[in-house]
Amino acid sequence: MKRWACLFVPAALLAQVNVPFDRIRDADKEPHNWLTYSRDYSGQRYSPLDQVNTSNVSKLRIAWMRQVDETDTFETSPLVVDGTLYVTEPPNLVEALDAVTGRPLWTWQKELPKDLRLCCGKVNRGLAILGNTVYYATTDAHLVALDARTGTMRWDVTMADYKNGYSSTGAPLAVKDKIITGMAGGEFGVRGFIDGYDAKTGKRLWRFNTIPAKGEPGNESWAGESWKTGSATTWVTGVYDAETNTVYWGTGNPGPDWNGDVRQGDNLYSDCLIALDPDTGAKKWHFQYTPHDMNDWDSTQTPILADGMVSGQSRKMVVLANRNGFYYALDRVTGKFIAGRPYVKQTWATGLDEAGRPMRVTDAQPTVEGKLIWPSLGGGSNWYSSTFSPKTGLYYVNVKEEAGIYHKGEAEYRAGAFFNGGGQSEYKGEEPYGAVRALDVGTGELRWEFKLHRPSHAGLMTTAGGLVFGSNLSTFFALDAKSGGLLWRFETGGNIDANPVSYMHAGKQYVAIPAGHALLVFGLD
Amino acid sequence: MKVAITTCVMGVAVLAAGTEPKTKLPNSRADLANGEKLFQVQCARCHGPKGIGGRGPALTRAKLLHAPDDGALIKVLEDGIRGSEMPGAGAMSEREVRQTAAYVRSLGKVAIKPVPGDAAHGAEIYRGKGCAGCHGVHAEGGIEGPDLAGIGDGRSAAYLRESIVDPSASVPEGYLLVTVVPKEGERVTGVRVNEDSFSIQVRDRTGRTLTFWKAEVQQIEKQRGKSGMPSYRGQLSEAELTDLVAYLASLKEEK
Repeated sequence: MKRWACLFVPAALLAQVNVPFDRIRDADKEPHNWLTYSRDYSGQRYSPLDQVNTSNVSKLRIAWMRQVDETDTFETSPLVVDGTLYVTEPPNLVEALDAVTGRPLWTWQKELPKDLRLCCGKVNRGLAILGNTVYYATTDAHLVALDARTGTMRWDVTMADYKNGYSSTGAPLAVKDKIITGMAGGEFGVRGFIDGYDAKTGKRLWRFNTIPAKGEPGNESWAGESWKTGSATTWVTGVYDAETNTVYWGTGNPGPDWNGDVRQGDNLYSDCLIALDPDTGAKKWHFQYTPHDMNDWDSTQTPILADGMVSGQSRKMVVLANRNGFYYALDRVTGKFIAGRPYVKQTWATGLDEAGRPMRVTDAQPTVEGKLIWPSLGGGSNWYSSTFSPKTGLYYVNVKEEAGIYHKGEAEYRAGAFFNGGGQSEYKGEEPYGAVRALDVGTGELRWEFKLHRPSHAGLMTTAGGLVFGSNLSTFFALDAKSGGLLWRFETGGNIDANPVSYMHAGKQYVAIPAGHALLVFGLD
Repeated sequence: MKVAITTCVMGVAVLAAGTEPKTKLPNSRADLANGEKLFQVQCARCHGPKGIGGRGPALTRAKLLHAPDDGALIKVLEDGIRGSEMPGAGAMSEREVRQTAAYVRSLGKVAIKPVPGDAAHGAEIYRGKGCAGCHGVHAEGGIEGPDLAGIGDGRSAAYLRESIVDPSASVPEGYLLVTVVPKEGERVTGVRVNEDSFSIQVRDRTGRTLTFWKAEVQQIEKQRGKSGMPSYRGQLSEAELTDLVAYLASLKEEK
């Protein structure tokens, strides 16, 4: 294993790294930091910083950049702890960077096998931190613990065998004394899971299999032996509600993606939100967004815990704009459906019934010749972050208005090989476009939109400065969170496939976004 | 966890790099029949039924420019051809790709019909009718229309003929005609070079590339399905048209 020596470590700073659970739980007490994937456990990706705001964002300038040599997509969401950024870089690097200068403090590299099974490149979306340790889930399906002060490896455990198509790309979630992590491989007929590990030792304490085994409730939703290769992966970070001690984590498409003939039934728990007890991994409830999905509409994106008024009542909700084209508000205690409606054009369902189950259009499913359906396999939105601002009470999502021609194909399982059963071809009848849309959090009703020339594949962040930061193709921009008006933009010169974060150090607020093969960090002069 | 078919196909390439079995295409009657069925669904829109060509090149030839061997052909089917309009076929399984490749190879065993006409005379017509004012062949000629070096590799004779008499029947990618009406200043018509949410770049008839911030633009008219090229219907005799097509079809890079 190759490791690089520290370049320089401001010992006084790094020696103090200590992020126990209560600091993450109470993240609002330290708005200058970004201690977990979405800043705090709510998944809102809202920064309480307001130095950069609607009146001065037009003066935002580049402060520093960090270049990456690799060509795989750069999707990291940095953590920030008291003046140090912790980032992952493709294909296999973890780095600590000085928050003011961008200079590296340490770099650690994972040795990767040459025969990885990956659908979408050697990507990674970030780290978890707990105590003085950072946690990294790797594309060869390992979970690695590194000393946050030096980058020295503490332990490395195998989650699953990459040769059978397993990988991991999402940031782990630190809850109490455990590291909770998901996995990827939904195009390889794997069996999905969410794991809980002892943060100190790396010992696996529990595993929640996202596909129930024979004899377990839910297994009857898979025809024959199809459950064994049903995927339902968990490749984006979940959220945590300390009040009820509940972790919420999304699951991906059933496998094979586009040929449902070989897996008749609802295919539980694919395309679900799962509510788990983080101490035991026991399921509290589940809600399935797309029963018997035939369009690769993973429901893995980070959900958002938000409180709001619905029909005159205050509700504790878990909400998200699903890849299937519908926005959903659920009661986060019971998992019951509160409200939902399409937030983009969709042609596969006539609507949602009272329980939130989609009412399918019978022939809106893949065929050998190809069937035109809205939205495309990229979905109305995708893995990247939506955001909620407690200041405006609005939910913001980067949407794709795009159709796909869905083909059904052969579905023959071979361990470690693609197990798609079809695919999508491009529909050229209408030019696709994108938009940032602000929705009422309780109902999904549209409040405003900012149109984009092409659909984005990048996340949003709101701030107390009244801003929504977002990206389209290679442009990073800021909108007025109340009105959707454009206030600032920067052409980065590289495609943006990542989520913004914000932090403050030495009295200055920064906004960071990976673009192309660089991490860009902005601040006011 | 697919984000897009293209990235999925890149994954196939990663896998293929590990262990590379010697490529042997399936050759049973059932394989070829299924390959033909897949070809009609996935490929015929551009390459024409039976691979006679169209917007995409004819495949009824023993040697294919981007697929000198069967391994390369499979790679072209899986990944597409970068910088061209040929997409990768993410919807097909490995076996289906191989069946389609086998069918494509079978097309090359059919004798090729030569393009009729006098190419040398066609070249004279090309010069005489001013085609080079807008089209280039390597460094010679204009840039308003597509460069025609190698056009005989990429388009069928029937497609070339149609493009001369009815240019708007199939406008090539990257040649969308737009008119930009700025809030101040004169309107500009030309080919859209690039566009995002905030700006648009247009190349006008004089070859200048102009950029406009959308915030400073009153209107952008996009003339979809309309070519900037005038129709030559009625301006060429049938024999002249045949000779001009023969000349264009002779513009090949393939060795």
